Amino acid sequence: MSDEYENKTGYQAQSSESIASGSIGSGVASDSDYVRPAENAEQDLYHGHSFITKWVFCQDAKVIGVQYFLLATFTGVIGLVLSWLMRLQLGFPGAAGFMTAEHYYQFVTMHGMIMVVYFLTALFLGGFGNYLIPLMVGARDMVFPYLNMVSFWSFFVAVAVLLASFFVPGGPTGSGWTLYPPQAILEGTPGSGMGIILMCVSLILFVAGFTMGGLNYLITILQARTRGMTLMRMPLTVWGIFTATVLAMLAFPALLVGSLMMMLDKLLATSFFMPTILKAGEVLEYGGGSPILFQHLFWFFGHPEVYIVALPAFGIVSDLISVHSRKNIFGYRMMVWAIVGIGALSFFVWAHHMYVSGMNPWFGFFFATTTLIIAVPTAMKVYNWILTLWRGNIRLNVVMLWCLGFIVTFVNGGITGIFLGNVSVDVPLSDTYFVVAHFHMVMGIAPLMVIMGAVYHWFPLVAGRFLNETLGKWHFWLTFLGAYSIYFPMHYLGFIGVPRRYFEMYDSPYMTSAVGMNEFISTAAFIVGAAQFILIFNIIKTLKTGKPAGHNPWQANSLEWLTPSVPPEHGNWGEKLPVVHRWPYDFSVPGAKEDYITQTTPPSEVKDTAVEKT
Amino acid sequence: MHPGIIFFLVILGSVLFHIFTPWYWTDIASNWGGMDDTITLTFWIGGGVFVAVCLFMVYCVLKFSYKKDRKAEYKPEDKKLEKILTWATTLGVVALLAPGLVIWNQYVSVPKNAVEVDVMAWQWGWQYRLAGEDGKLGTTQVVNINDDNPFGINLDDPFGQDDIMIQSDVINLENNRPVKILLRSVDVLHNWYVPQFRSKMDAVPGIVTYYWFEPNKIGEYEVLCAEYCGVGHYAMRGGVEVQSKEDYDKWISEQETFSDLIAKQEKLELENKKIVKNNNFLLNKDIYKEE
Repeated sequence: MSDEYENKTGYQAQSSESIASGSIGSGVASDSDYVRPAENAEQDLYHGHSFITKWVFCQDAKVIGVQYFLLATFTGVIGLVLSWLMRLQLGFPGAAGFMTAEHYYQFVTMHGMIMVVYFLTALFLGGFGNYLIPLMVGARDMVFPYLNMVSFWSFFVAVAVLLASFFVPGGPTGSGWTLYPPQAILEGTPGSGMGIILMCVSLILFVAGFTMGGLNYLITILQARTRGMTLMRMPLTVWGIFTATVLAMLAFPALLVGSLMMMLDKLLATSFFMPTILKAGEVLEYGGGSPILFQHLFWFFGHPEVYIVALPAFGIVSDLISVHSRKNIFGYRMMVWAIVGIGALSFFVWAHHMYVSGMNPWFGFFFATTTLIIAVPTAMKVYNWILTLWRGNIRLNVVMLWCLGFIVTFVNGGITGIFLGNVSVDVPLSDTYFVVAHFHMVMGIAPLMVIMGAVYHWFPLVAGRFLNETLGKWHFWLTFLGAYSIYFPMHYLGFIGVPRRYFEMYDSPYMTSAVGMNEFISTAAFIVGAAQFILIFNIIKTLKTGKPAGHNPWQANSLEWLTPSVPPEHGNWGEKLPVVHRWPYDFSVPGAKEDYITQTTPPSEVKDTAVEKT
Repeated sequence: MHPGIIFFLVILGSVLFHIFTPWYWTDIASNWGGMDDTITLTFWIGGGVFVAVCLFMVYCVLKFSYKKDRKAEYKPEDKKLEKILTWATTLGVVALLAPGLVIWNQYVSVPKNAVEVDVMAWQWGWQYRLAGEDGKLGTTQVVNINDDNPFGINLDDPFGQDDIMIQSDVINLENNRPVKILLRSVDVLHNWYVPQFRSKMDAVPGIVTYYWFEPNKIGEYEVLCAEYCGVGHYAMRGGVEVQSKEDYDKWISEQETFSDLIAKQEKLELENKKIVKNNNFLLNKDIYKEE
């Protein structure tokens, strides 16, 4: 106890001293440079010494971030291959001889669950969250490094359990990623035995692991920001990840209990979700449960989940657009409140996934209204992105291309969301390919554009080398044009009335007209999938022969680019933590020599500029 | 090519695709034209926003691409502009939401003169039941379902005796007469969906759900299951035949009622008993003979 106390007072003394010496050194009477002293002692870090403690069971958030990133990407590639197999069946029925309806539904289910939870969520929060939060807020590491390590390894076990379900009798569950009971645990659905149990176990592990990571992100952001880093000076990336984590902490418990209750229904024959059921002439031993209860639990998780993916993407893309337009993000405060507002509202819209589920139809009025209200802050964000481009000085590099691709796909998918959120418009469109097209555009392709932009943007920080631009441009255009030509026409399949989750279309007259389109979509899907390997090739090539990036290669302002060494080492900041004097968006300030002023630049160094107070 | 131009072509292509697409709604055959109208309205407003936002973006990209000696504008906020945009967006959202809610109100308010159709779903098939002369459907229970009572009608419910049972996946409906679809399922979720009628609702085991529509075009339509129900989901099809009043009345008079079925079963049972008795008699005779 006493050691800690001494340590703390010692640290405070040191920091106030450094302020004093700073002002003497620059020779300016700089009250304006004053930053409150630190309130907490610096964190003691565990430095790994062996290969295992440095790279495997590592406690450095940056390594954990990369681990999350790699494992999520690996799982994502499996999801991609599954989507190829599905598209093969839909575009060219019977072309893959082994493909039965059972397989098809198993692939649909695993593709969906992998992409939403094990790829996007893990990548944004586990990957970018771990790597960027401590760097961006000026901390040495996450506040609970050990817990952070356990978080990753829980995720690892969750993925292992999920993939193990491919090898159990009956195979993985084929109940659709929404896992709706009663069919999820009854015969007639593939993988209704071990498959669904392993899925539930894997989800429970994921939620447990995520909770450990999530607590870390929240407390690091709230408690471990460096001096001067007020909440309203944080990069929007951090705001996005922060809000998404709050949502996740509140939403995942619903998924957890849903999974637990379903396992009880399956294993102990409880009847949470199971009414009286007649199967093959026999009345089963269930009775009195409600299938709709599961849907409420699932979507109470499932809708915020959309924003758990979207909000970090919003934050990241704001920063990328700002840096590469050489212009401050337009309406920062509005952006922050929009993120927080969208996050809060996202808990009041879940039943818009259930307009035709058989719940009390009067709920439709409430949920349609809340859903369309969410369109307002979301639209504000879009306006602010394009207004950031206005009168900017836009570098049309690969990073910016991904951002522009994001704007197009996100606005497109957002608008189709207004169709589906508006309850009576949803009636003809729900459960059709319109829905599939909508959510792939808005929460598949759009966040993927951001992920890719972020990879090209931060790779020079992580690896110290630039990714190849030419390969990057091929990667972008193939992905963007390909993905757009998959999902844009797919909406029209929904207009025809083609239902989703159909293994085969047969020859209904209005479906046969779509054969050509299905072939086209499948072909585009093969190309887009293959194009992703350009990135992998680019990364391997760059690690060997890429152009060295050096310090702050994009002339950005935020702290992650200002570490003493590139790539940053464990502890991030060397001897002294950075001190923050401004927001991260002081680009092209009138009167400044350069077109950027880093967050650590004290006001006395840029006296003649017309910086607005932030 | 300048990236801005490619983005422009993508937007232009999207608009042209929408105008010239051969893939669009199947011809509507019910009263829910209002849904189509709201979709069209959403296309105009939403599509307009999409095009406007993207074209603005393209313009910025073309006009403000990087030049070394140019400096970007420094303007962190513009309260007035943000306020205008917020209110304009709110107005657009209200314009879309209002007609949506009006139509939803119609969707959940079933007309009094609607014909009730009990749609029973299972893995994987449909069958239908209509009220008999008393105009009321008998109550049902899943546990009652067996070969003699395929709909699980409660035997002590007097309303159930004259119910008309259609043990087929095709149902006939009368043109221009509202129909209230009462959905139930004996096992998992299903959804009775005819694209031309625009309307749908899940069938949920344990409860009865409903929706209504008024068919207004004579013809045959395909029924699709629209809620994933296991491995046979894609094959769970049915049919609807919308007929004129005369054809419909003729069709309905040919259908069997529950009491018909019970009588038939009893007759069958009686015959069976006779046969059994006869057999026993013969058998006995044979035995006696042998002795």
